[in-house]
Amino acid sequence: MSTEDSAFELTGRLVRPYVITGGREIPSEREFSVTTLITAADDAPDRWVISPESRSVLELCMGGYLSVVEIAGYLGLPLGIVRGLLAELAEKGMILTRAPVPSAERVPRQLLEDVLHGLRARFA
Amino acid sequence: MASVLDSPDRGPVHLGRSVRTTVKILVVGHFGVGKTTFVGNISEIEPLRTEELITEASTGVDDLAGTPDKTTTTVALDFGRLTLSEELVLYLFGTPGQQRFQQLWEDLSIGALGALLLVDPERLGESFPVLDLVEQYGLPCAVGVNRFDGSPSYAADEVREALNLPDGVPVVPCDVRDQASSANTLITFVEYLLSRTD
Repeated sequence: MSTEDSAFELTGRLVRPYVITGGREIPSEREFSVTTLITAADDAPDRWVISPESRSVLELCMGGYLSVVEIAGYLGLPLGIVRGLLAELAEKGMILTRAPVPSAERVPRQLLEDVLHGLRARFA
Repeated sequence: MASVLDSPDRGPVHLGRSVRTTVKILVVGHFGVGKTTFVGNISEIEPLRTEELITEASTGVDDLAGTPDKTTTTVALDFGRLTLSEELVLYLFGTPGQQRFQQLWEDLSIGALGALLLVDPERLGESFPVLDLVEQYGLPCAVGVNRFDGSPSYAADEVREALNLPDGVPVVPCDVRDQASSANTLITFVEYLLSRTD
C-alpha cells in the first residue's frame, strides 16, 4: 500500500481536490517537486477553458519563475492541490517547468562550491 | 490568530529566466526550537508557509492499513529562499521533527543537500527522534545550538557527546534571531558538506 495515495484520497473529503483539479489524480512529489520552477509559457494556447484556480496559478507565474512551494504559499493552497493544477496546466502547454537538480547518490562538488560561494558573497 | 494560510502582505518576487538550478536544505528540530525564526531571518523573500495533508502514522503505517478511520493531519511547512547566483537558488525548509511526519520527510529529503539540526541545550533529549529521522533518510547533518536567554552555554563537545554524534559533524553555536549567526551556521554546514566530497 502507499501512504501517499491514502493521504491524497482523504484530502477529497476535506477540500475536494478532485473538484479543484478537474478530476485529475494529484501528482506526487516526483512529478512536481517542491522546488521545481514554474513559469507561464509565453505562447500559452488560449483555446482552453481553465478553472479559476488554474487561472490564478497561471497569473502568478507570469513574469518569471517561482517554485511549486512558493506558488502554494502565495495562493494559500495545499501543495497537493497546487500539484494537481500544475499538472493540468502542463498538459495544456500553458506552463514551462524546470526540474531541480536530479537527486544523485553524491551531490556534485561543483554544486556545493557554488552554494558556498553564493552564501559567502551574500553574508560575508 | 491569523490563519497560517493567510496571503502574505507582499506579492511574489519572481526568479529571472537565467535560473537553472534549485537546491534545498532542511532546517530540522523539535517543536519550538527556532526553525521558523532561523528560516525567516535568513530568507530573501518574506517567509512563506504552506500546508500539506499527511496520513497520521504515529502507531506505524501497517496499523493504519485497512482501518476505515484513518486520520490525516495538516502539517505546516515554513520555507525561505536565497538566490545565490543568476543560475542558482537555495530553498530552506523548516521541517517538523515528529516521527509522524515521515511522509513529509520522504518527499523533502529527495535531492536535499542535507539537514541542519537546531537543538536547545536545555532540551537535548527532544532532539533524538529528529536525529533518528535524519539518519533514516541518510541526510548529512550539522548541529546548530540555539542560545536561549538565560540558558547555560554548552561546550560543543558536551552536545556532541549527549547526542552521540559521529566524529566530524559540526556543532556550532547559533542564535537564530541573529542573521549573521544563522548565516554562519549555514556556511559552516556547507563547508562540511564540501569537505565530505574530498
